[in-house]
Amino acid sequence: MPEMLSLRINGATVRVANGTSVSAAMLIAGQPTRISVTGEPRGPVCGMGICFECRAIVNGMPHQRTCQLLCEEGMTVETNR
Amino acid sequence: MKPLDVLIVGAGIVGSSVARECALLGWRVGVVTGGTLAGSSTVAGMGHVVVMDDSPAQLALTAYSQSVWRELVPQLPKVTEYEQCGTIWVAADHDEMAEVQARHEVYARGGLETRVLSASDLAAAEPNLRSGLAGGLLVPADGVIYQPAAAAYFLHQAQQHGAEIFPLRATAAAHGVLRLADGTSLAAPRIVLAVGAECELLPAMQIQRRKGHLVISDRYPGFLRHQLVELGYLKSAHKVAEDSVAFNIQPRQTGQLLIGSSRQYGNSDSEIETAIMQRMIDRALDYMPGLRNVSILRAWTGSRAATPDKLPLIGPAKGLADDDTLWLAAGFEGLGITNAPGAARLLVNAMVGRASAIDATPYLPARLNAGAAVAYA
Ligand SMILES: Cc1cc2nc3c(=O)[nH]c(=O)nc-3n(C[C@H](O)[C@H](O)[C@H](O)COP(=O)(O)OP(=O)(O)OC[C@H]3O[C@@H](n4cnc5c(N)ncnc54)[C@H](O)[C@@H]3O)c2cc1C
Ligand code: FES
Repeated sequence: MPEMLSLRINGATVRVANGTSVSAAMLIAGQPTRISVTGEPRGPVCGMGICFECRAIVNGMPHQRTCQLLCEEGMTVETNR
Repeated sequence: MKPLDVLIVGAGIVGSSVARECALLGWRVGVVTGGTLAGSSTVAGMGHVVVMDDSPAQLALTAYSQSVWRELVPQLPKVTEYEQCGTIWVAADHDEMAEVQARHEVYARGGLETRVLSASDLAAAEPNLRSGLAGGLLVPADGVIYQPAAAAYFLHQAQQHGAEIFPLRATAAAHGVLRLADGTSLAAPRIVLAVGAECELLPAMQIQRRKGHLVISDRYPGFLRHQLVELGYLKSAHKVAEDSVAFNIQPRQTGQLLIGSSRQYGNSDSEIETAIMQRMIDRALDYMPGLRNVSILRAWTGSRAATPDKLPLIGPAKGLADDDTLWLAAGFEGLGITNAPGAARLLVNAMVGRASAIDATPYLPARLNAGAAVAYA
């Protein structure tokens, strides 16, 4: 059993395995990473830091590429609007 | 075919505004555009529709033009993103606060509403400004527009009223004949040079380029509500000898932040210069430390078309050229977006011999040739 940790995604507590990327956690939680300028929900595409589609607000900082960040205990993540 | 009534060279925001006004008169209009707008000031500028009081003539033209913008707003398509966000002139210290009072009175004499903000009013209006600032002057009628879309809309309206576009450069303009780069020529009883900073067709326009840098951020909705300009801007904008920077930041409808601005004389390339851009960004960080966490998407430069006395050239070329067919609408420095719709009306009124809402004398090109040497001051 991998070690588990908890974070908050758009206000809900989500438990994931240690080593999970924030973008994967958002997929697990069914939450879009960001909302485009024309109002479309977006999620990770490239998974390697290039497309910028996975930007979300992490610990209050907007536009963080969540595919490049690992989940941490107590982290708060919100969809970037 | 009916002959052309007017030829307009240039389709930036100024040429497009003039084309629209002429087409609405029922004239047959030809617009010679030189291709795309890439490289024009209209795609490079900031789109702040701002009343400026640095001289009575500038105040009259900017206030009049802003009233024309407000009249046009209901018909502007959504892509032009017009937003009446207001300007706050930010005062850093007590000296600048005295300047706020003085400008409040100047605007009031011109019939324009402004509000003096205390330090706490300013902090409440723009929480991301640093603490310790003295206050500011709110000008609620000022706005922001996405000017390339506005220029495209004006040109489209002109075309709907029959205007014809010639995507070529003009190589010579004289006595009702415009020679084009492909060797052909066009004729009309009036030729309007709306050429921005390019005065090859009439060097007597005496226009110098003043380079500026801008950067735009990713989307941070709610970070900024008004266009903010440091009050020191007026001092720095008038310096000629040195390069200058000033804190100037604009909220876009997308939530993006457009950050300026720099001014450099005698520099006509379009290269980004990191040293001056860094100074500009440091200035912005000094006023808004939270910008440190903002990600920047793009930086670019543009040039402002400066005349010796900082006022635009609007009217007959008389005095600069011995040619009754030539008319000018150029040299708008850092205010061409604000002033385009008002200038177009002044010019068209002059062409048809109709009175204008404001006195057009201060903008007449002939002033440049008034005898005494005009210094770049
Ligand atoms: C960094 C920066 C910030 C600015 N911010 C603001 C602001 O906030 N508010 C504001 O009001 N103004 C602002 N301005 C100023 C504003 O952008 C300009 O005054 C305005 O765009 C000028 O428009 P224009 O139509 O006169 O010139 P341009 O947009 O340059 O258009 C002239 C056109 O004429 C064409 N042309 C020239 N010669 C020929 C020829 N021989 N044949 C065919 N075509 C020709 C050119 O190709 C060009 O497309 C800013 C400018 C800069 C550089
Ligand atoms: S998924 Fe493409 S940058 Fe993160």
